[in-house]
Amino acid sequence: MNVLAYLIPISLALGALGLVGFLYTLKSRQYDDPEGDSRRILSDRWDDRPKDDN
Amino acid sequence: MLSLPTIHCQACIAKVEQALTVHPGVTSARVNLTLKRALVDAAPEVTAAELTDVMAREGFEAHELDPSALNETTTSTAGRALLMRLAVAGFASMNVMLLSVAVWSGAEDATRDLFHWISAAIALPAIAFSAQPFFVNAWRALRAGRLNMDVPISLAIALALVTSLWETWLSGHHAYFDAALTLTFFLLAGRWLDARARSAARSAAEELTALEVPRALRIDDGSPVEVPVAELRRGDHVLVRPGGRAPVDGKVVKGRSEVDRALLTGETVPEPRGPGDLISAGEVNLTGPLTLQATAVGQDTSLQRMAALVAIAESGRSRYTSLADRAAKLYAPGVHILSALAFLGWLIWSGDMRVSLNIAAAVLIITCPCALGLAVPAVTTAASGRLFGKGLLIKNATALERLAEVDTVVFDKTGTLTTGAPKLINWGSLTEAQKSIAAALASGSQHPLSQAIAAIAQTEGVSEAALSDRLERPGFGVEATLGGAVVRLGRADWIGVAPEDEAMCAALQTDDGAAIVLTFEDTSRRGAAEMLAELETQGLEVVLLSGDRTAAVASFARSLGIETWHASMRPEDKARLVAELQDEGRHVLMVGDGLNDTAALASAHVSISPAQALDAARAASDMVLLGQDLAPIGTALSVARQATRRIRENFRIATFYNIIAVPLAVAGFATPLIAALAMSTSSISVSLNALRIGGRR
Repeated sequence: MNVLAYLIPISLALGALGLVGFLYTLKSRQYDDPEGDSRRILSDRWDDRPKDDN
Repeated sequence: MLSLPTIHCQACIAKVEQALTVHPGVTSARVNLTLKRALVDAAPEVTAAELTDVMAREGFEAHELDPSALNETTTSTAGRALLMRLAVAGFASMNVMLLSVAVWSGAEDATRDLFHWISAAIALPAIAFSAQPFFVNAWRALRAGRLNMDVPISLAIALALVTSLWETWLSGHHAYFDAALTLTFFLLAGRWLDARARSAARSAAEELTALEVPRALRIDDGSPVEVPVAELRRGDHVLVRPGGRAPVDGKVVKGRSEVDRALLTGETVPEPRGPGDLISAGEVNLTGPLTLQATAVGQDTSLQRMAALVAIAESGRSRYTSLADRAAKLYAPGVHILSALAFLGWLIWSGDMRVSLNIAAAVLIITCPCALGLAVPAVTTAASGRLFGKGLLIKNATALERLAEVDTVVFDKTGTLTTGAPKLINWGSLTEAQKSIAAALASGSQHPLSQAIAAIAQTEGVSEAALSDRLERPGFGVEATLGGAVVRLGRADWIGVAPEDEAMCAALQTDDGAAIVLTFEDTSRRGAAEMLAELETQGLEVVLLSGDRTAAVASFARSLGIETWHASMRPEDKARLVAELQDEGRHVLMVGDGLNDTAALASAHVSISPAQALDAARAASDMVLLGQDLAPIGTALSVARQATRRIRENFRIATFYNIIAVPLAVAGFATPLIAALAMSTSSISVSLNALRIGGRR
């Protein structure tokens, strides 16, 4: 059962990592224009991030 | 900010952004393809008209949007906050569920306690963050002395946490951390769906408003200057160009023209206006430029006064309580009483505080309105998504339910059942020479009758006669010379012929001096006949109301087979008639576009207006028809009935689960495993049931 001592923290850390990742994408406004973003990949223009402010 | 309704691919994005950024003065431009908008940062001297021209040259239709009419930022931050809470609840519940499965499958003693403690460590902060909206709402309701759905939800979550903590402390067998988290997760999902559907509808509705950028041409020192309408004052001189809408009530000081009053009164025939005549805000100037001296501006215009009528009528409708609210009203007290009884019963019978509290928590969790919370938003999201695809925008949350109850449909004529664009009927009786003269005279004029002639001439490929000295005589017509003789097209009394009846007509004088009367009729909108047929098969009664003259309304009603019609209705008459129908116990759907319909739209049980309608009419109605086609109205009625049926079904499914699970909980047999199963299966089955709406047809 000692393996639990590693596995539980690992599983929690992985979960937290996923959560942090999701919150990052949300904060950086990656869900504002899902349709446009999926098309922009086809364009060769340099495109860093959405404009900051409405 | 620009609206670009026609963009659809990555090449469009690149082209639009490229074209805008190279335009002098523009610092940056970014397209949002989902919203079909472009956001432009530019130096102050760059005007919107310049940019729409740039877009037009690239081949894109573009309109300026008024950013102050868009509340985008507030709705999108609210949505994002909800999504963040949803994510936290989701991740936390997954982790806790993992630990709980270990407990359910037989973890013992120290291991179980450890798992419970870890669960507690995850659940407490996660719930403190994600369940905030429920706590806040519940607290607000309680302080106002009411009960809403959020009260039992908050109580269930809080009680589950407290008893679970207590159990964990005493190393008990059952902890409900997973249930509390999944409950929060499912309910937040329902909330989020609801918020998303509503914000999509709102942003589309706001965009319609934002398209009408309030600008006017004020005459300063003899030359027109573009200023916002809000800056106009009484006594200002305002120039209204042909095709423009009067921004203020005013008296004509210069110019002669005809105005289209269809949006205000429903009349299809333009009226002549000259110096000294009065013009109300909202009337469209047709033929010649007019200079108005403003007599009333802003809130005092007759347009705004009519809109105020709406506010009064509207208050009647807010009394409607949605199915969900009615269910909550029954449900919330019931659940509280049930769990209180279970608690008291067990306390008296066993005398054990801990057991009784556990049972009470189990009852609250199992009866949790999870399914109820999802039942309505899931259905409305599916239904409004489907109607949106058909071109119907639902602005009001309870509109679908009200639409399902409709048994009488009242239509306005001009601009709603008809396009408002007249069609020439006796074109065929003209000779080729006469046709070419008419086409030449009509081309390039803003007058709707001229445009009708130009349109029919263009489809037939009539060549235009070579005219010289073409001169528009505002308020009367057009004249020109052809080979030395005067030819004229215009009002019948100007040409000097008497029309047979009051119908819409114009007259043409050709080079040989002969005068011909051209008769027009209003054309019905696309899909009108199909929609009326569909309404009839659904067994609904149809009534036609119009501010137009009796003869025009009668012939139109006959052509569409509408039996009940009323003509020459003033706005008050329309509203009163709708109110009378309502008093008879009928549920009226009002469809109208003009300012003269707004009061009727607001007093009807539920209302629809086309996207071309005046802002005030759109604001007063629950749904907006985006396309030209009327057919979605028939579909909307059947979808609404279907949706309401699904909502009721979902309530029944949720009740069914409760009937099975509640006795178990009260009897004390409920374990966290049973609670989790009951909750998830009922939530999933109501969501699946809701999805059936989107699938059909």
